[in-house]
Amino acid sequence: MMRMLLVRGMLSGLVAGLLALVFARIFGEPSVGAAIDFESAEQAARGETPDPELVSRGVQSTLGLATGVLVYAVAFGGLFALAFAVAYGRVGRLSPRATALLVALGGYLAAFVVPFLKYPANPPSIGNPDTINERTVVYFGMVALSIALAVAATYLGRRLVSRLGAWNAALVAGAAFIVTAALGALLLPTVNEVPEGFPAGVLWNFRVASLGIQLVMWTTMGLLFGALVHRRLAASGRAPEQAAPGAVAPVH
Amino acid sequence: MSVVSAPRPAPIPVQIPVREILPWAVFIGVLALVLLYFVGAEQGATSLISGHYVHEFVHDGRHLLGFPCH
Repeated sequence: MMRMLLVRGMLSGLVAGLLALVFARIFGEPSVGAAIDFESAEQAARGETPDPELVSRGVQSTLGLATGVLVYAVAFGGLFALAFAVAYGRVGRLSPRATALLVALGGYLAAFVVPFLKYPANPPSIGNPDTINERTVVYFGMVALSIALAVAATYLGRRLVSRLGAWNAALVAGAAFIVTAALGALLLPTVNEVPEGFPAGVLWNFRVASLGIQLVMWTTMGLLFGALVHRRLAASGRAPEQAAPGAVAPVH
Repeated sequence: MSVVSAPRPAPIPVQIPVREILPWAVFIGVLALVLLYFVGAEQGATSLISGHYVHEFVHDGRHLLGFPCH
């Protein structure tokens, strides 16, 4: 069962990565290019010689981008399958497809959007190389915190269902996540290293593209994974009339 | 007597036991984190391989996927 889920998870990740790559290429690369042009113009104005190109822009924006996005998406495809395996049958009586979409939405929000709200993605030329250590620590700290809080809130919601009903339990869990994640974001240090004169339009486009890449990736992963596992899992589910109290679940 | 099948009620999902998930979670979790590390952080704050080649190669992806860079 787990092998089947993981293979399909990583396959969904690969396809999701390919779509995200197309999106990134069309909507992301122009602002990366514009940001690098800004950086080069600034360096030229200061009379500095440009840094030697270790990897050409042509490779970075094609093969390099593809490698980065695809490896990222396959890795998240595997993690997604694990999260699905835990969530399936444990977050209400949702069908495999609905569970997959819910886990994908949760992954998009907890692993990307919430950390992004505190530490948004930045194009080249933004970011002081001297602060990379601190920025790396706080960014991954925020990602870990957000995921941990989302898992805790889900657990809380599940515990509350018997007392409040599914709708209100989900509302309380959502509110608990928002409040605790906002507190965490308030307490973590602020980073703003946008240089003087950096074009605001480029920054906006870059960040919207960054959100879009992840949205394409997570929705594709959720929908495709749901479609791929739907039949296998639906066949293994118990029919409601067999589900008498004390009935033993079939072992898989 | 007509044969009209009643709409089949949705099956109840069967949980996958944690003991079955756990070994895979460790294996795939570690593998995924290593991959994400190389895409997202290698040759930034920490370097396992000397130089900047990995960083420069995945440069655009690292920026667009939201990782801190430079």
